[in-house]
Amino acid sequence: MNPLILWFHKLGSPPYFYRLAGRWLPWLYALALISGALGFYGGLVMAPADYQQGDSFRIIYIHVPCAWMSLFAYLFMAANGFVALVWRIKLSETLAMAAAPIGAAFTFITLVTGSLWGKPTWGTYWTWDARLTSELVLLFLYFGVIGLYHAIEDTRQAARAAAFLALVGVVNLPIVHYSVVWWNTLHQAQTVNLMGQSKISANMLWPLLTLAFATHVYFFASLLARARAALLTLESGKDWVRNLLPGEAAHV
Amino acid sequence: MKPGTTAAACVALLRRDLMLTWRRRGDALNPLLFAVIVVSLFPFALGPQADVLARIAAGTIFVAVLLAMLLSLDALFRSDLEDGSLEQLVLSPHPLSLLIACKIAVHWLTTALPLIAVAPLLAELLQLPAQVLPVLLTALALATPLLSLIGAVCVALTVGMRRSGMLLTLLVLPLIVPALIFGAGACNAAQAGLAFTAPLLWLGAWLALALVLAPLAAAAALKISLT
Amino acid sequence: MSEFFSMGGYAPYVWTSYAVFALTLLADAFTPLLQRRRALRMLRGQLKRQARNATKSRPSGVEDAE
Repeated sequence: MNPLILWFHKLGSPPYFYRLAGRWLPWLYALALISGALGFYGGLVMAPADYQQGDSFRIIYIHVPCAWMSLFAYLFMAANGFVALVWRIKLSETLAMAAAPIGAAFTFITLVTGSLWGKPTWGTYWTWDARLTSELVLLFLYFGVIGLYHAIEDTRQAARAAAFLALVGVVNLPIVHYSVVWWNTLHQAQTVNLMGQSKISANMLWPLLTLAFATHVYFFASLLARARAALLTLESGKDWVRNLLPGEAAHV
Repeated sequence: MKPGTTAAACVALLRRDLMLTWRRRGDALNPLLFAVIVVSLFPFALGPQADVLARIAAGTIFVAVLLAMLLSLDALFRSDLEDGSLEQLVLSPHPLSLLIACKIAVHWLTTALPLIAVAPLLAELLQLPAQVLPVLLTALALATPLLSLIGAVCVALTVGMRRSGMLLTLLVLPLIVPALIFGAGACNAAQAGLAFTAPLLWLGAWLALALVLAPLAAAAALKISLT
Repeated sequence: MSEFFSMGGYAPYVWTSYAVFALTLLADAFTPLLQRRRALRMLRGQLKRQARNATKSRPSGVEDAE
């Protein structure tokens, strides 16, 4: 069998995933910290002040990566939710539910830092334009998924119900992304393009991309850590979990 | 109508639910009372000046109607769950989505229709200008079924939970925000003398989509919740 | 240096943003640690209880009838 496919199947087994994630975790955290430090140095020290916004533009280095992560995390959660509902893979349920609080944290940071950036530049902490409103709705969707997950007794059923809700809410993602295109918004339009020219100078762009990388790595680190902790509780009756505990208590 | 066909099952379900609601018609009028009371609170809170009230009238009525419908959503499956008929519906050979669509229809007929009927009264309480009333009624007629449909999906996810009230609100509200924006937006546009057909058409489009997809989603959600 | 901290007059906005970022992600990073500790603690308690019940249900000093 193709070794990649074999590895993929092995990944679905909780003890294998637990061990693999445990080995990767310190490296992921370290990579996130280092690339984050690099990005922040580039953004806070090396990049020049914006000709219009002055130094307040440096909030971009928090606001934009976290905004990107708020959408990415939801997509990740919905994709795993889909796998969990269609193929009933237990690990996908765990990963989907582990992604939710991290995504909510990033969305929260996006909204708060955006608000703090809006005050000096737009003159207001908040406005009900399409981008801000849809991002706020995204936060409520995260809260709904987390709330539903914690409200149902049986963990697996709870994960499936919450995953279903996450899928229903996926429709909000294109609304958030295209809100600046479809509506007249106070929030500025897209400046960073995946393909083609970006409308931001290079010495301001590279710290942004570095921090985008750092936040992605951090997301996966936090995800794996949360998934490991969740697996301990989920699989608490199994032998592999018992054998993790040192001492006589494990050998009943 | 041949007994045992899906059509007969739907008709029977409709008749049963309508009859059950009729027997407890006092309870069924609670959302109505709630909406009237909520709307009446605003003049007390904001002062009785007509121009102030007229400014917020359409939006306030919309929110009051939405909240009132939210209150009654929980009852959509509750009594059926308690006496076991919900499981019978899920197990029946007829398409569950169709049966749920019937239940949603009854919910709309018994909750939203009275609210729409009383909307002119609410409009008068908040001094809504007369020319906006037809737009308000149209917007409500389009938005309330949307709420019933989307709400049914969320109720199906939380069915069986004892204290699901607040959670249900949390789940429904983010999904219903577009309907509110477009519905109230149409009314506000009409009030300002601007074109209002576009938001109404958007509402119609969402409604058409929800009419097809929501019963299917609710059926899937119900199967998840009842396993 | 003070120029760096004053951020062109925008210091409260910029530094509060960075603080919110740091604090939120710190809280997010520590939560799995606490969850893990709690899970292991409950597991230990569970195993102790199981061990205790196992020794209790084993009748003491009863041999097959001879």
